[in-house]
Amino acid sequence: MKGGWFKVYAIGYLLFLYAPIILLPMFAFNDATIIAFPLQGFSTRWFSAMLEEPALRIALKNSLFIAVTTSVLATALGVFAARASTRYRFPMKAGLMGLIMLPLVLPEIIVAVSLLVVLLGLGVNLSLWTVILGHVLICTPFTIAILSSAFQALDQSLEEAAYDLGETAASTFRLIILPLVMPGIISSLLISFTISLDEFIIAFFLAGTEPTLPVYIFSQFRFPLAVPVIMALGTVLVCLSIVLLAIAEYFRRRGIAKSGGKDTGGFL
Amino acid sequence: MTEKPTMIAFQDVHKYYSDYHALRGITATIKAGEFFSLLGPSGCGKTTLLRTIAGFEGISAGAVMIDGKNMAGVPANQRPTNMVFQSYAIFPHLTVGENVGFGLRRAGLAKAELAAKVDEALAMVGLKGYGARAAHALSGGQRQRVALARALILKPKVLLLDEPLSALDKKMREQMQVELIRLQRQVGITFILVTHDQEEALVMSDRIAVMFEGEIAQLADPETLYRRPNSRRVAEFIGTMNFLPAQVISEAGGKIEVEAKGFGRATLDAEQAPGASSGEGPAVGFRPETLTILFEGQTATDRETTATIEEVVYFGDMTYYDVRLEGTDKAVRISMRNVFGRPVLDIGARTRVAWSPGALVLFR
Repeated sequence: MKGGWFKVYAIGYLLFLYAPIILLPMFAFNDATIIAFPLQGFSTRWFSAMLEEPALRIALKNSLFIAVTTSVLATALGVFAARASTRYRFPMKAGLMGLIMLPLVLPEIIVAVSLLVVLLGLGVNLSLWTVILGHVLICTPFTIAILSSAFQALDQSLEEAAYDLGETAASTFRLIILPLVMPGIISSLLISFTISLDEFIIAFFLAGTEPTLPVYIFSQFRFPLAVPVIMALGTVLVCLSIVLLAIAEYFRRRGIAKSGGKDTGGFL
Repeated sequence: MTEKPTMIAFQDVHKYYSDYHALRGITATIKAGEFFSLLGPSGCGKTTLLRTIAGFEGISAGAVMIDGKNMAGVPANQRPTNMVFQSYAIFPHLTVGENVGFGLRRAGLAKAELAAKVDEALAMVGLKGYGARAAHALSGGQRQRVALARALILKPKVLLLDEPLSALDKKMREQMQVELIRLQRQVGITFILVTHDQEEALVMSDRIAVMFEGEIAQLADPETLYRRPNSRRVAEFIGTMNFLPAQVISEAGGKIEVEAKGFGRATLDAEQAPGASSGEGPAVGFRPETLTILFEGQTATDRETTATIEEVVYFGDMTYYDVRLEGTDKAVRISMRNVFGRPVLDIGARTRVAWSPGALVLFR
């Protein structure tokens, strides 16, 4: 049978990828403390337990604050860098862009430890802002990559045309450039938001006394009784990720349709 | 024809890109209401020169004057010029109407007045009723028209066109050429066209500046440019020109006596030698259609020589003959309009050829 093995491979691959994630909601709704088959019946009690857990709420709040702030800052920096790299020529451009992209491949634990050493050396107190600093550092390469392609796709004569028709540099940016790169900006915001939300290592080292959600989850695994609650939390996070990705993809496609481009497959 | 006032004046304009000398002392004037073309091969500086008028390029030395005002320090958004870009630069996220009305955004017009102006501009370029369409759904020719309407709605003193037809197919291009000429006559605005297509420049322009390597090689009306090119380079860039070695025998009283290979002695007017010395050795040049192959029973009205046909290229309405004139060692091209009932000659045939000294151009 032609392609038979390929089918087996594809199904095996998908199972390996998604089976663990399917287990999450199964145990989250399971009416038992112990994570094991057979399932004991349907219950939503782990979800209500999750909502009543004050430490979790604080961790969630911290994580959301960090993720939102990080995505805004990283995207803003990404806009500047992408604009500079696609529009201007300056000495050492390739080298500088390479350095900016480096955190993409640096081991995160090295980044985290060196940041910690530097911050402590400077006498900075660890707080949510130090986590944000670390997250902006690792998110910015992603936002630059996304936004560079958005800015690259922009025909430079569009800007000149707007300028030629009497607009200023600022109004040209607002009326022409911003609407055309908006899909890129939205994907950049969403990607950096998700990266920051589930980032563990940097948050673990730099959070001080205020845990983020991943750090909280990690700490809870020491208590067997808390595991079903974590399953419930995981279910919520998976759903949230799917929704965010769907939104990002929607905006990407709408952007392509709006500017009349060809869909060449997105980042997502 | 009364002399039109000057719209644009270049005064010894230079432009450097670090080491590269892109414009080398351009001095020229463009008159109001003129259809002017900047013609040259790619990299000759014609687009750079156009962009110095628009204000997208600064100049390193000299001055660009528009309507008597020095444009130094005047940014592009305050110049009385509008541009049609090579890529058209239609804003893809706006409708056709929003694109066309874009430049009037700052004029603070009432909605109805703006809509009327947009409709008028669209009607002018033959896109009546297209206002509500999405700009990205238009064809190439339609984009071109939207770009024209968008630039013309502001009633600029000068419309700049940067290779506007190069993205269109041949048929569409020819149609747009005619429409651009019609439009220019209708609005009376100075049009400055950048093109590398000599045919396009000849068809459309009142005057043409031929540029090579950052300099204007010749600035003239199409007919002068074609009939009296001032250098071999211009002659070869515009259409086809044959060259045969020649020698100047004597020069007196506005008459030049030359001895040309294949033609013999001929007396030329001084205006038939428009160029300065080029160092390639003196030669006479002539267009393929200025020589005529004589068929049975035809006689030359002026001078006559004999030739051998070496190559025949049949084009339907035309036939190109590469012939070797008596006493020369290089074939020259003659183009003949095909006439019904007249045979196309064969390779190797001997024939008589009519020529006229008045059609020769002397390059020293």
